[in-house]
Amino acid sequence: MSGYISLTYFDLLLASIFLILNGTLSLWLHLGLERKLAVAAARMVVQLILVGLLLKSLFSILSPWLTLLVAAFMVLFAGREIWARQDYRLRGVWGYGLGTGAMAFAGAGITLIALSSMIGADPWWTPRFALPLLGMVLGNTMTGVSLALDALHSNLRRERVAIEAQLLLGADRWVALRPCLRRALRAGFMPIINAMAATGVVSLPGMMTGQILSGVDPTEAVKYQLLVMFLIGGSTGLGVLLAAFGSVWRLTDERHRLRLERLTKAKDNA
Amino acid sequence: MLHVTNLTRLMIGPINLTIRDGECVALTGPSGTGKSVLLRAIADLDPNSGVVKTNDMQRETVSAPQWRKQVAMLPAESGWWQENVAAHFQTPDITRHHLPEVGLPIEAMGWEVARLSTGEKHRLALLRCLEANPQVLLLDEPTAALDQDTTLLIEALLKRQLASGTSILLVTHDTAQAKRMALRILHLEAGSLTEVTP
Repeated sequence: MSGYISLTYFDLLLASIFLILNGTLSLWLHLGLERKLAVAAARMVVQLILVGLLLKSLFSILSPWLTLLVAAFMVLFAGREIWARQDYRLRGVWGYGLGTGAMAFAGAGITLIALSSMIGADPWWTPRFALPLLGMVLGNTMTGVSLALDALHSNLRRERVAIEAQLLLGADRWVALRPCLRRALRAGFMPIINAMAATGVVSLPGMMTGQILSGVDPTEAVKYQLLVMFLIGGSTGLGVLLAAFGSVWRLTDERHRLRLERLTKAKDNA
Repeated sequence: MLHVTNLTRLMIGPINLTIRDGECVALTGPSGTGKSVLLRAIADLDPNSGVVKTNDMQRETVSAPQWRKQVAMLPAESGWWQENVAAHFQTPDITRHHLPEVGLPIEAMGWEVARLSTGEKHRLALLRCLEANPQVLLLDEPTAALDQDTTLLIEALLKRQLASGTSILLVTHDTAQAKRMALRILHLEAGSLTEVTP
């Protein structure tokens, strides 16, 4: 690394002036957004300071169990987000378990492979590498899985008559549900496809920008970014496929029936 | 032949019922008493218990898709999943010649689903149902959205099916139609069947 410029708290205060300006404009124009802006900004500051302190401690302690504990917390929290982002979700333990399981298997699995073979840190679980990488992979997989499950469940409810018409004509469950499954997979894949297509032209990814600002050579930053994007793409795809196929399996049975009674509306038990 | 023994589903049953080859049995009863539930249970579209069999197969011994091809159900609301009518048929080039039998022109096979009326959809759904040449037909108010002339056309088509040996269970609220089509009329109320043949 070279040319790293340390930021002072005064620099951060100056940067926050633009956000304060937005709040002032909201007050002046009676937009009613100033409170939400203030709360969101305060949450962000507190969360980032806390995570900074936590990461600093974790990096210095270098404990595999503490690293695993934080990783498990990240997975469980992301699973809660997947569960919360669906208008209609699977009843019971499946509602939380399927999305979380698919995301954890894909995200944690791919991160593990990357850490042990590509990053080559010693030890491989070094929290300075493992946790940020897991965070990026999980965050994107979480978005894909929640979009796919939400689209799948809404479509199945809307298309029930058409699906049952196909089942009554002798189609099996995979054929009858294929259009809904395809739409769900497309919804889950779309954010990462868009992100990959726009990266470097429309936007510079946050991680790469951060590295460049902190003095890393841009070609090295690009290599890291490519690695991360490949991992995110692979994990999102795998997680979306697992979750969507798992949900189709759960919402049908061995007699090729549609079992929509296994879905529940979000606000009923949120 | 359709043979149903101790069929139970939600609030209906146990139901015992036999429909011989070439026989039409009409099923009547107030709305919400489970007529459609019974048809769906026989077609194995909802979980249920009991023994259901035809001449040559017992429901549990064959796959559900295979069962539904032989015991075909026409629901009260027809479902469509493609934009074009023809895409919903296995053999559109053959079936198009049968369209006049349900009062539709041959060109209807090329129509967009979006332009179909409820009655047109229902008639096309009936033809679609017949494509696999089923042994048993479970019909849920097949003429509810049709005028008198078209209703008679559909009844004539169903009588030809009966003549070829197909068994039909016909849900209808039209007493006159029940008498025209069926030798036996069953009434479903409070979850059980009673014969009300005049």
